[in-house]
Amino acid sequence: MTADPRIEDLLRQLAPQVLGTIVRRFRQFDLAEDAVQEALLTAAVQWEAQGIPESPRGWLVTVAARRMSDQLRSESSRRRREDAVAARLPSEVLGDGAADPDEDDTLTLLFLCCHPALSPASQIALTLRAVGGLTTAQIARAFLAPEATMAQRISRAKATIKAAGTRFSLPPDDERAERLSVVLHVLYLIFNEGYTASSGPDLQRSDLTVEAIRLARDLHRLLPAEGEVAGLLALMLLTDARRPARISSNGDLVSLAEQDRRQWNAAAITEGVGLITDTLSRAPLGAYQLQAAIAAVHDEAASAEETDWREIVVLYQLLERFGPSPVVTLNHAVAIAMIDGPRAGLAMLAPLADDERMAGGHRLEAVRAHLLEMDGDRSAARDAYRTAARRSTSLPEQRYLEMRAARLADHR
Amino acid sequence: MKYVVLIYTNPATWSALPAGEQDRVIKVHNDLIDRLTETGEFVNIYRMADAALTKTVRLQGGAPVVTDGPFGEAKELLASLWEIDVAGVGRAIEIATPLAQYCTVELTPVMDAAGLEM
Repeated sequence: MTADPRIEDLLRQLAPQVLGTIVRRFRQFDLAEDAVQEALLTAAVQWEAQGIPESPRGWLVTVAARRMSDQLRSESSRRRREDAVAARLPSEVLGDGAADPDEDDTLTLLFLCCHPALSPASQIALTLRAVGGLTTAQIARAFLAPEATMAQRISRAKATIKAAGTRFSLPPDDERAERLSVVLHVLYLIFNEGYTASSGPDLQRSDLTVEAIRLARDLHRLLPAEGEVAGLLALMLLTDARRPARISSNGDLVSLAEQDRRQWNAAAITEGVGLITDTLSRAPLGAYQLQAAIAAVHDEAASAEETDWREIVVLYQLLERFGPSPVVTLNHAVAIAMIDGPRAGLAMLAPLADDERMAGGHRLEAVRAHLLEMDGDRSAARDAYRTAARRSTSLPEQRYLEMRAARLADHR
Repeated sequence: MKYVVLIYTNPATWSALPAGEQDRVIKVHNDLIDRLTETGEFVNIYRMADAALTKTVRLQGGAPVVTDGPFGEAKELLASLWEIDVAGVGRAIEIATPLAQYCTVELTPVMDAAGLEM
């Protein structure tokens, strides 16, 4: 949005607060969201040229409110009722520099943007814009989609929310747990989108991990007692900590076992381990906490060999109870192989061949190849690596799998 | 997972359709784009101009030889190219099915730069 990172940070931080104020005053989320986006874009240009105003939040509220009332007034010949509201409101809003300091609207906005009537792709786009304060252009770049498509997606999402008759308030208690799990899933998807992309040359996309961590931190600050919120934040920190070692100097993926652990981000690991240790001791268990606990065991080991694989197996057994999936079974099988040997791991994979979520995909073949290699069956391992490489649609992953296959061919 | 959807039509078959039927088919395509925008699965579309404007470029002895019209003798020509982002091949086929009336639809996943998930 702007070249000055201080301004960018400030705008991102203020975006949900300003939007919350405008929505509560003017009621109309869809229009308010456009008005705030315009105010943010104006601020990005003006503040860079003229400096940050004394009350940045008041400045944004004033500018957004003015746009809002302009918009409402222009519709006034058709909609006199709204004109009356608009005419009355600006004076209230304009004098309002730091409205409702006690009320944090970020949470309400998160629930609104992750409305169950929306598809995950729309929830993600709307959350990044309305809560994250990103521009449509930034979101489009991050998801490698044309800006026009992203603008359409966001405006459709707002129309859907409006049609659902949603009010600007927290969901009722009986829906809260389910709605919170949707919010967490959206943050998880944003993180993953950035994390998987961080191997590519496009740094814009890896910014999504930073954004997801920022949003998860906000959510944890607002809901400190929620174990799964803390679990997701810890999972992100512990995963992101390994990012510097995931890619070799020539751009190839490096497996967890072969990463240079000295490159891991020690501060993020300390924070993540502290967070998950504390959470496991006080909150009801959940899938994000278990994944964070597994990540913590990996991150605390000085090498792949010194990893506490028994602990990891126990955690995977628990995870299969909370959220069984073929991907969990794949990882579980790898951990079993580290304790009981590769054949025990391969036996665990056998039933997955019939699972339609795995069939034809590359993941099962990639893990099978790895275990066959461990077992010393070089030619079967090579074939499995090659099959996995052919099936993968990820360029760096394909390169990695071909490199593993070639390594086995070289040392006959 | 991103897919490219290639939609081929036979211009002779297409122009032989009554006008009302052409409009109906175009509406099916446009309505589908609207729905996919709503679900967030729509990424992009390119609609091809008339094949008379297509050029084919070859090299002969290092020099370019440019001919009018598309490559090959195929009766079916590329009419449009969509990019969609879907959960998997099942969903891609579901999306392609209503497009296949009077058209041949080819679905290919596209490679991306993503690495392993967390």
